[in-house]
Amino acid sequence: MKDKSPLLEMRNISKDFFGNSVLKDVSFKLEKGEILGLVGENGAGKTTLMKILFGMTVIRDTGGYSGEIFLEGKPVSYKTPFEALDDGIGMVHQEFSLLPGFTAAENILLNRESTKNNFMTELFGDRMKNLDRKDMRKRALKAIGKVGVQLHEDMLISDMPVGHKQFTEIARELEKDNIKLLVLDEPTAVLAESEAEILLKSMKKLSSEGISIIFISHRLREIINITDKILILRDGRIIQEKPTSSTNISEIAEAMVGRELEVSKREDVRVFDRTFLSVSRLWVNMPGETVRDVSFDVNEGEIFGIGGLAGQGKLGIPNGIMGLFPGGGEIILDGKKIGLNSPRIALDSGMAFVSEDRRDVGLLLDEPLDWNISFTAMQVQNKFLKPIFGNLIKWRDEKAIQNAAKGFIDALEIKCTGYSQKAQELSGGNQQKICLAKAFIVEPRVLFVSEPTRGIDVGAKKIVLDTLIKNNREKGTTIIMISSELEELRSVCDRIAIVDEGKIAGILPATRPAADFGLLMLGTAPVSGGAE
Amino acid sequence: MLKNDKDNVIKFLETNLVPILFVIIIAFALPLSGFSVRYLFNEIIVRLVRNLFLVLALLLPIMAGMGLNFGMVLGAMAGEIGLIFITDWNITGLHGMFLAMILSIPLSILLGWMCGKILNRAKGREMVTSYILGFFMNGVYQLVVLYGMGSVIPIASDSIVLSRGYGIRNAVNLTGIRQSLDKLLPLKIGTTLIPVATFALIAVLCVFIIWFRRTKLGQDMRAIGQDMAVAEASGIDVARTRIISIIISTVLAGFGMVIYLQNIGTMNTYNSHEQVGMFSIAALLVGGASVNRAKIGNAILGVVLFHLMFVISPMAGKNLIGQAQLGEYFRVFVSYGVISISLVLYAIRKQRDKARAGIALADAQEVRD
Ligand SMILES: Nc1ncnc2c1ncn2[C@@H]1O[C@H](COP(=O)(O)OP(=O)(O)OP(=O)(O)O)[C@@H](O)[C@H]1O
Ligand SMILES: [Mg+2]
Repeated sequence: MKDKSPLLEMRNISKDFFGNSVLKDVSFKLEKGEILGLVGENGAGKTTLMKILFGMTVIRDTGGYSGEIFLEGKPVSYKTPFEALDDGIGMVHQEFSLLPGFTAAENILLNRESTKNNFMTELFGDRMKNLDRKDMRKRALKAIGKVGVQLHEDMLISDMPVGHKQFTEIARELEKDNIKLLVLDEPTAVLAESEAEILLKSMKKLSSEGISIIFISHRLREIINITDKILILRDGRIIQEKPTSSTNISEIAEAMVGRELEVSKREDVRVFDRTFLSVSRLWVNMPGETVRDVSFDVNEGEIFGIGGLAGQGKLGIPNGIMGLFPGGGEIILDGKKIGLNSPRIALDSGMAFVSEDRRDVGLLLDEPLDWNISFTAMQVQNKFLKPIFGNLIKWRDEKAIQNAAKGFIDALEIKCTGYSQKAQELSGGNQQKICLAKAFIVEPRVLFVSEPTRGIDVGAKKIVLDTLIKNNREKGTTIIMISSELEELRSVCDRIAIVDEGKIAGILPATRPAADFGLLMLGTAPVSGGAE
Repeated sequence: MLKNDKDNVIKFLETNLVPILFVIIIAFALPLSGFSVRYLFNEIIVRLVRNLFLVLALLLPIMAGMGLNFGMVLGAMAGEIGLIFITDWNITGLHGMFLAMILSIPLSILLGWMCGKILNRAKGREMVTSYILGFFMNGVYQLVVLYGMGSVIPIASDSIVLSRGYGIRNAVNLTGIRQSLDKLLPLKIGTTLIPVATFALIAVLCVFIIWFRRTKLGQDMRAIGQDMAVAEASGIDVARTRIISIIISTVLAGFGMVIYLQNIGTMNTYNSHEQVGMFSIAALLVGGASVNRAKIGNAILGVVLFHLMFVISPMAGKNLIGQAQLGEYFRVFVSYGVISISLVLYAIRKQRDKARAGIALADAQEVRD
C-alpha cells in the first residue's frame, strides 16, 4: 500500500491569530488505514491544526494559514467544511451538533436523506423528493453497526444520555460512504470508560477497513492502546513523532509538558468535627443523569468526592443543588435550609459551581477573559464595584478586575494573549480553567466542581488539582468534587461517595484501596461498610 | 397508574387551554343566542369555506421555526390585486377566479421573497417583524391601489375606479365571480348548501401539506425549525429554505384570499387583508396551535370555534344586555386577546414542561415509603 503517496500529508503548516503564532512549521504524513494520535498540552494547537485541514471558516476569517496539504498526492486547500466532506474527510468536533427533536436516524442522515422521485420533482427539482424512511433506517442501522454500539435508530436525541449522543455523531461521519479520513477531537472526553472501550474497538476495525483516523485525546492510555503513530505538539511545534510501539506513556507525558512530571503524594485523611452541608432525599431530573434518592453530609473544610459510572446520576447532584435542573429534597447549609430550583438562591447562599458543560453554562464566549472571570462575583456579591457619591452610583473597578484576572492567568497557567482576549479564542482546556477561576474568585463557602480536569492535559491537571487543594487549605473552602476519574478523586479528596443508579452506593475514606470503590460502582458493597 | 392518568389529563388540559376556554364560552352563549342548530351548521360550513384555506397557509412557516407569520397579509394583498384586474377586464366565473389566482402568484412570490429576506435578518423576532412589515406594505399597497391604479396602471372600468378618475373604490363588487367555485358542485343537505368543489380544493391543500412534510424540503424545514446553526453546518441552505417557506405561505394566502372573497362577493379594498391576517392567526391559536407547533386539525378546529363564537356573540349580547354592538367589539378584543394569551402560555408551558418530569420523580420517591 505504501507504493505511492500517503493518504494525507500536511507540509510546513503555520498559523497565527493576529500575530499570536499557534502553529509553527508542522509537517506530518498519514498512510491509508493508519491511526495517528495527536497529543499536546491545552492550547498546543491540536484543534487548530484539524480546523485548517477541515476548511473551517474561522481559519480564513482570521487570516488563513501557510503551508500545503496533500490528499492522496494532490494539493488541496478547503474553503469550507463541505469541500472537505466531498473529498472524504469527516470530523467530529469537541462540541455536539445534533438536532434534539430528531431521531438518531434523522440526525445521522441529516441533509443526506434517502429520497424517492415523484411527479413534483420534474417541476420543482430535487428538494421535492419524498423521504424514503425505510432506506434511511437501513442506512442508519448500518452506520450504527460500524460504530459497534447498541443504539436505537428511532430514539430522539433529547432522550439520550451524553455517550449515545457522541456515538450518534460518530455514526453520522461513518455513514458517509466516501469517508477516507476521520478526525476525532477528544471523542472520549464525555464517555464512560466502558463506552470509550467500545469506541476504541470500532476505531481499530475501521482502520483495518482502510479508513485513516486522527485521534485527539488527553487520556494517554487510550492513545498508547490504539494508535500506530503518535505526534506530539508543544507550543505549536512538533517535538516528537514516533511509532507507538517505540514509546510509552511517561515518555509522551514528559515530551508534552517539557519537564519531568512530579507525582504528588496525598496527605493522610483529615478528621473533621462539624457538619456543614447536609443533603437529604435529593432527587434531580437531569436527563441521562437522574438522581433518585441521595443523602449525604459534608464537613466544614472537607474535600468531598463524588464518583461513579457515567449515567448513574453523579452529575445530577451538583446540577440539582445549584438549581440548574428541577429537583426536590432538603439542603441544609450551615444550619439554614436552602431552597432548590433557583440558581440565584444557591449562589446567594454562598455556593458556587463549575459545570462539566462549559459550552452551555460556563462562559460568555464573546466577552474578554477578565470580564468572564469577574462577572459572577460582580453580579452576586457586588465585588469589584466602587461606590461613588455615597452609594448612589457604583462604578466598575477595572483595575481590580484586571489584576485579579492576571493573578488567575498566572496561577492556573492559562494560555492566552492577555486578560482582554475573548473567551471564544481560547483552546478547550484553557476555557475550562477560566471556569475554575470564575468560581474561585467569588470565594464561595461551598464549591462544587464537576469534572474539573476533563479536557485538561496531563501537566495542567496537577495545576488544577493543586489549586483546588490550595484553596481548600488556605481559604478553608469546602469543596465537593465530582469526577469520573477515581484516581483523581483519591488523590485530593478526604472521603468519596460512589453513586449508582441515582443513589449513593457507599461513602468511603479516600485512602481505601481502589478496588473497594470499584466494587461499589458495580453495585456490590465492600466487606466492611463505609465510614459515616 | 391512576396518578399517571391524572397527570395526563392535566397535561391535556394545559396544552389545550385556549380551545377549552372557547368551548366553555360557546357552551354558555349558545343557548342565550337562541339560534337553531340548522342555522349554526350552515354558518360553520360557510366559515370553513371562507377561512380554512387562509389558515392552512400559516402552517409551513411554523414548521420552519418562523412562528406565526403575518407575512400572509402580503399574499392576501396579492390576491386582491389579482381580483381588481379580473374585475376590470370583466372576466367572470371560474375563469375569472382562477385567472385572479394566477395573477396573484408572481406578486406573492415577489412579496414573499422580500419578506423572507427581511425575516432572515431578524432571526428569532419573526413574528413582530412580519407584523410591522405587514403595516408597512399596507402603506405601499394603498399608494399603488389608491393613486397608481387608473393613472399609471391602466384600469378602464368606471365601476371600480373612484369618480376622480384614478384610485380604486373602497368596495369592489365581485358579482362576476361571486361563489363561482362554491356553486360549481353544489350538494344540498336539508337546507344547507355544501360547496363540494371548494372543500375539494381545501382537501387538496391538506394532502399537499401532509405530503410536503415527507419531502426533503419539508425535512429541511423541520431541521431548521429546531436549530438553525446545526442545519447550516450540515449543508442545508438555511436562508434560502426559510425564504421558500415564506413564499409558499404567501402564494397560498393569495389563493386563500381569492377563495375567501369569491364567497363573500364584495371586496373591502383597503381593510380585508389586515383583518384576514389577524383573524387567521387567532383562529389557528384557538384551535390549539402554538408558536412552534401547528397541525391541520388545529386549523379546522380553530376556524370552527373562533367563528362560531362570532356568529353567536352578537345575538347573545343582544339578548343578554340588549346590545348587538358588543359582539363586534368582542371580535377584535378576542382576537388580540387570544394572540397575547397564547404567546404568554407558550412561554409558561415551556418552563412547566421542564418541571413536570421532575414532579413525577418526586412522586415515585414518596410511593416507596
Ligand atoms: N479564534 C481564535 N482566535 C484567536 N486565538 C485562537 C482562536 N482559536 C484558537 N486560538 C488560540 O490558538 C491556540 C491553540 O488552540 P487549540 O484550540 O488548537 O488548542 P488545543 O491543542 O486543541 O487545546 P485543548 O487540548 O485545550 O483543546 C490557543 O492558544 C488559543 O488561544
Ligand atoms: Mg482542542
